[in-house]
Amino acid sequence: MGVQESEPLDVERIREDFPILERRVGGDVESPGEGDGDDTPLIYLDNAATSQTPDQVVDVIADYYRSYNSNVHRGIHSLSQEASVAYEQAHDRVADFVNADGREEVVFTKNTTEAENLVAYAWGLAELGPGDEVVLTEMEHHASLVTWQQIGKRTGADVKYVRVDDEGRLDVDHARELITDDTEMVSVVHVSNTLGTINPVEEIADVAHDHGAYVFVDGAQSVPNRPVDVKAMDADFLAFSGHKMCGPTGIGVLYGKREILEEMQPYLYGGDMIRKVTFEDATWEELPWKFEAGTPNIAQGIALAAACDYLDDLGMDRVETHENQLAAYAYDRLTEHDDVTVYGPPGDERGGLVAFNVDGVHAHDLSSILNDSGIAIRAGDHCTQPLHDKLGTAASARASFYVYNTREEVDALVEAVDEARQLFA
Amino acid sequence: MGMGSDMYRQQILDHYKNPRNHGELEDPTFTHTGENPTCGDTIQVDVRLEDDGDTIEYVAFSGDGCAISQAAASLLTEELPGKTLEELQAMDRDDMIDMLGVDISPMRIKCAVLAEKVAQDGAKIHTGEIEIETTKTE
Ligand SMILES: Cc1ncc(COP(=O)(O)O)c(C=O)c1O
Repeated sequence: MGVQESEPLDVERIREDFPILERRVGGDVESPGEGDGDDTPLIYLDNAATSQTPDQVVDVIADYYRSYNSNVHRGIHSLSQEASVAYEQAHDRVADFVNADGREEVVFTKNTTEAENLVAYAWGLAELGPGDEVVLTEMEHHASLVTWQQIGKRTGADVKYVRVDDEGRLDVDHARELITDDTEMVSVVHVSNTLGTINPVEEIADVAHDHGAYVFVDGAQSVPNRPVDVKAMDADFLAFSGHKMCGPTGIGVLYGKREILEEMQPYLYGGDMIRKVTFEDATWEELPWKFEAGTPNIAQGIALAAACDYLDDLGMDRVETHENQLAAYAYDRLTEHDDVTVYGPPGDERGGLVAFNVDGVHAHDLSSILNDSGIAIRAGDHCTQPLHDKLGTAASARASFYVYNTREEVDALVEAVDEARQLFA
Repeated sequence: MGMGSDMYRQQILDHYKNPRNHGELEDPTFTHTGENPTCGDTIQVDVRLEDDGDTIEYVAFSGDGCAISQAAASLLTEELPGKTLEELQAMDRDDMIDMLGVDISPMRIKCAVLAEKVAQDGAKIHTGEIEIETTKTE
């Protein structure tokens, strides 16, 4: 899945789908977009946290609430049938987006974090015990790191971390050492949300499977940004979030191989996930509903399918190329100055983000100053505290790109960083 | 203009680059530390009281972190001498923001008030009102 030669994205046209990109910022935060002070054009470079939502997806949400808002599964009336069909078909659409075998393999969750927890609780608590090992990487997001760490404490299983080398790449030899026949689960982030590193998940999956372990791929930063094929990587589980891929908040996905999901017990109990209930016992609905207890995020699920349509229309190969080019450009421009440290591998090996620090300017100060130029970046530990400890810094600034970002916006970022540097000189 | 440029008026940058009373006291009456876990800002405040055991004589700080948190600590070391412990406890976040002389955006308030909170908690530990290891602001 290397970067492919293809027609570049028509960014100018794409931007028309995102009216929010036209807004100005800087005014009273309690009246978004209305205050007198809202006079600075927005440059949105916080896409790894949450991407913007195109009109095509917003329209699907509005259309749901305006024309067929209703609870799913339970109703026989027209609205409920319409909502049910749309909600169920959304699972098929999302399955297709990552090349899964249909809705049975696609569980809708709240987000990536809930998908991680679902497997950790439903599978981990049941299957793990003393002597078992869970292998993570040092660049895991807290969503997987904290979750497996706590499951380890509760079950007595050991948690081990594959090293990240000085260039920010995963030490695959170390992974081969750590993964043994005692390993039951390997959880690996596909694209690091801090380093931008693209991890060789296919290779890790091979090693895990050679030792009879499952592999859980955190796709929060990869599914939005590049073609992802669960069969090609042979992932047992894959998690991702709608709000990072042109979809709404409140919807995420757990992909799981059908035979594994079938063996797993439910994570949440209640309505919609049962088949037959007596005062003594209950049996479960079929996949994926067994894992979707209670009224789900219906509009958000349907909208996620629309987001998949939107991205597939752009072409995920082209999305990948576009982001990689912006990240490589940002990497080159930022590292023109010796006082800038960019974390992770060189520009041509990374996903669409750059985390960095400027000597003498705290990341939070940098973010505040950039905000003054309308530039939205993230500053903090990006939910990878142990990795930041290893990098020797409490916080970093992170710019992350999406389909609507331009080289000019990267230039504006670099210019604003220069201003901050001068202010603090 | 947004909050950013206002927030980095000369005074804050000056106190950040040339912190006043920076370091540790040799004979503090009490000393206390605190942090913003999410930002990684850390502050230690050392306070020496006058012989009446109530009036603040001298304050020093040390620490690491963003310009707002460090400048706030520096400003505080100049503000506190002469105040009583009661007057210290009566200070609130608006006093700190007044001292900084700028609007502080909502997400940065915790940086601005860290040193003040550390000084107040340190005093409360000294007078036996509370028992805590470190102060944390969120
Ligand atoms: C790599 C990675 N994993 C997991 C998450 C968690 O995603 P969410 O907050 O949507 O659960 C994120 C995003 O914050 C991420 O970047």
